[in-house]
Amino acid sequence: MSHDTHAPHDHSHDHGHHHEESFIEKYVFSQDHKMISKQFLITAIIMGTVAMFMSTFFRLQLGWPGQSFPILETFLGRWAPGGVMTPDMYLALVTIHGTILVFFVLTGGLSGTFSNLLIPFQIGARDMASGFLNMLSYWFFFVSSVVMIASLFVTGGPASAGWTVYPPLSALPQAMPGSGMGMTLWLVSMSLFIVSALLGGLNYIVTVVNLRTKGMAMTRLPLTIWAFLVTAILGVLSFPVLFAAALLLIFDRSFGTSFYLSDINIGGMALEHTGGSPILFQHLFWFLGHPEVYIILLPALGINSEIIATNSRKPIFGYKAMIGSILAIAFLSFIVWGHHMYITGMNPFLGSVFVFTTILVAIPSAVKVFNYLATLWKGNIVFTPAMLFAIGMVSTFITGGLTGIILADAALDINLHDTYFVVAHFHIVMGASAIFGMFAGVYHWFPRMYGKMLNKNLGYVHFWLTITSMYGVFFPMHFLGLAGIPRRYYENTNFPLFDQFTDINQMISMFAFLGAIAQFFFFFNFFYSIFRGTKAPQNPWGSTTLEWTAPMKHMHGNWPGKIPEVHRWPYDYNKPGKAGDFTPQTEPMAPGEEESH
Amino acid sequence: MISFLTFLVIVLGLITFGRIIRIFELSSELRGSDVNAVTTSDNKTHSLILLILGSAFIFMVFYMSYAMNDKMLPAAASEHGVAIDTLFRFNWAILGVAFFITHGLLVFFAAKYYFKKEHKPVFFVHSTKLELIWTFIPAVVLSTIIVYGISKWNQIVAPVQDDVMVIELYAKQFDWTARYAGDDNQLGKASFRAIDGSNPLGIDFTDPQSLDDILVRNEFHLPVGKEVIFKFHSRDVIHSAYMPHFRAQMNCVPGMTTSFHFKPIKTTEEMRVETANDKFDYILLCNKICGASHFNMQMNIIVEDETSFRQWLGSQKTIAEDRKAAAAPVEVKTDSLAAPADSAKVHAVTADASKH
Repeated sequence: MSHDTHAPHDHSHDHGHHHEESFIEKYVFSQDHKMISKQFLITAIIMGTVAMFMSTFFRLQLGWPGQSFPILETFLGRWAPGGVMTPDMYLALVTIHGTILVFFVLTGGLSGTFSNLLIPFQIGARDMASGFLNMLSYWFFFVSSVVMIASLFVTGGPASAGWTVYPPLSALPQAMPGSGMGMTLWLVSMSLFIVSALLGGLNYIVTVVNLRTKGMAMTRLPLTIWAFLVTAILGVLSFPVLFAAALLLIFDRSFGTSFYLSDINIGGMALEHTGGSPILFQHLFWFLGHPEVYIILLPALGINSEIIATNSRKPIFGYKAMIGSILAIAFLSFIVWGHHMYITGMNPFLGSVFVFTTILVAIPSAVKVFNYLATLWKGNIVFTPAMLFAIGMVSTFITGGLTGIILADAALDINLHDTYFVVAHFHIVMGASAIFGMFAGVYHWFPRMYGKMLNKNLGYVHFWLTITSMYGVFFPMHFLGLAGIPRRYYENTNFPLFDQFTDINQMISMFAFLGAIAQFFFFFNFFYSIFRGTKAPQNPWGSTTLEWTAPMKHMHGNWPGKIPEVHRWPYDYNKPGKAGDFTPQTEPMAPGEEESH
Repeated sequence: MISFLTFLVIVLGLITFGRIIRIFELSSELRGSDVNAVTTSDNKTHSLILLILGSAFIFMVFYMSYAMNDKMLPAAASEHGVAIDTLFRFNWAILGVAFFITHGLLVFFAAKYYFKKEHKPVFFVHSTKLELIWTFIPAVVLSTIIVYGISKWNQIVAPVQDDVMVIELYAKQFDWTARYAGDDNQLGKASFRAIDGSNPLGIDFTDPQSLDDILVRNEFHLPVGKEVIFKFHSRDVIHSAYMPHFRAQMNCVPGMTTSFHFKPIKTTEEMRVETANDKFDYILLCNKICGASHFNMQMNIIVEDETSFRQWLGSQKTIAEDRKAAAAPVEVKTDSLAAPADSAKVHAVTADASKH
């Protein structure tokens, strides 16, 4: 597995000066995994900020329906005449908020940043297998982000049929203004995004399989890498299905085919489409959509395993069980998509099959949780901001995971489907968990990315405000859902039944604003520290993994001279008989020493 | 001007903030310590905050489940709904225990085992016994949940007998129409091509089964204690017919017929007493994003005893009666609707009208 023969970059490290890269080569069309990782991260931060502002806008409407907020008119213009947003704008905001966070922040942003940064560093490779594909992956992502943002400015507004864009709503411009040009751009953007995800995914898989350094057996891979690898496999297998779904939708919209459309009379016209099925789209969409949940979650879990072990100063408990449960979750994620469709009129027998497979997912998930707990047990926990986010993520993973068992039960889903209970569930288990994992990763590997430290105290403030406001927003939503309030309602004022929740909705909005304010501590810290942060030491957290053996000042090819060899698994923290409280992977086994797992 | 000043204040604020942080960092550098290294007091502080906020969170979860109880939907008003409520409470209790154990341990461990220099963490790599325990216990508990859940699901969706009363719920942007199948308990044929201003469901009036059908809007009635099967249709986009008090929901999909059946067990009057709210009404609402007015697509439901129900239904006009009453105006209407090409296919209307 040695790749001293890995030719393309080898010239660079033997004699320290290789050709000077131009600005464009270094910062724009870079093929270096470290730069691409930063590009993904910063793009994701910008996109995430847009999505965050959208959520504060629609929380204004939900907390104080019909009330005039001049700030809305400032930002939304003709979509909020007199400071009250229109229902169409409301739907557009929730749609784009969801799309951006699910795809651009938590898929592209999360995998793009950390797979790129950590795969070569942690497996001991000089770069990705293909730097060129990696660069393409980022630029497809970038263009797709630009198209998505551009769609906000077209006549008719952006796509507004919900982030799941179910046809016929999304297929017919007559059905809502957002299904015109906005939806076309959404589909274009998503198609570009899928290309980016596939290029990235293939690259990650090939790199992990082929470019591990000498001694880096699969059973010595850090759990981050296992998670990124399995995530990439999920993406490569499922994104093409979304691509097909999007393509057929484009055909239906633009070329008069009837894949998803049948028997429709809208705007006083009977349409000529017959024989299609809107349910087909849902099957295709969720065949991606459910693995997508784990595409978002697994990298965060991988990051968590690494950070929890490092900062507990203890080996991760049950390394092999952790790998096993990642694989089990990944496998199951392909056979559970129907739980999004219990009440679409699908055959009830199919419903029971999906109940069975879906609830099974809870078993490997429970194993992961207990393993985290066992890792913390009798540890020596260092509360870095990264560690706090990792602990927060375990909490959200539990809370959201448990309500998932309720929703997986088809009989219960009848009453809870598409209510705020679902909103609460997936924002906690997928949104918050993955965002927390991502924040944990940023705090932990910022020194590795920029050679600087993030300010610790700003990090603490950021964490405590974020987790408080996160639960403040999403926990009460369970009860709104149990009271029967549907999601995606512009206002709840038309039902006397829901009047009693006015206060709670306002409280949720206040927490949402607090959460948004909290993020400014992060933004400030992030951009300030890039330029003015204190210099990072070589291995600030006392980690065993390879990325901390490379010089903190980035260089092409990562290591000067030979790539380090690996002699042990990555979790030898406080191993009996060893000096210091961690033993790097590069340290050879002492005579008579045994592998730890 | 004001926005420029706001901008200026924000920028100055950020600069000040940056300066302050810089001062802290420089002064700690002077003291020879690394400002961003986590200190013993940090570990103590944050384990303490974690203990306090974590315990508060666990308490809040249970307290809210209790305090919000009276704001939740009232007890189910349908037979299967009662079973759903029981199943829900069963799951909620199990999950409550699981939540308490896992969160309790998380908060406890995180608070207790903060970094102490003299403490040597145990080197605990794995334990097959423990791992088997926490694979098997969840597996057993989850199997119970699965078996219980699937058995309830199968009961709820089991087919009904033929003589159950049929009601169609027909959705379009942005309202509902209910169609009772009438004396023959058969819905007449309908086609999306036959839809026009006077025939919003596109009913085929040449089909004899149509003639005794009854269309109602804004409010529909159900007899208490009688099973009803709903057939759902949509003519434009996907809608979802959600009747939260009956724990009933089904999507309305264009081009498909979906169905759901239940037996109401409490009349509106009984529910008004039970909830101590004399304005209480059962509702049907749309629960699948369907466009701008999605948030206001509703219908009231009145559940009453069989006699009142029959009386109410008798007072509604069947399609035949309706068309007879409106025969002349209808013809004027259809003429004036001088039609796009498609509605030429709506010969059914004129053909049927000419019979009268």
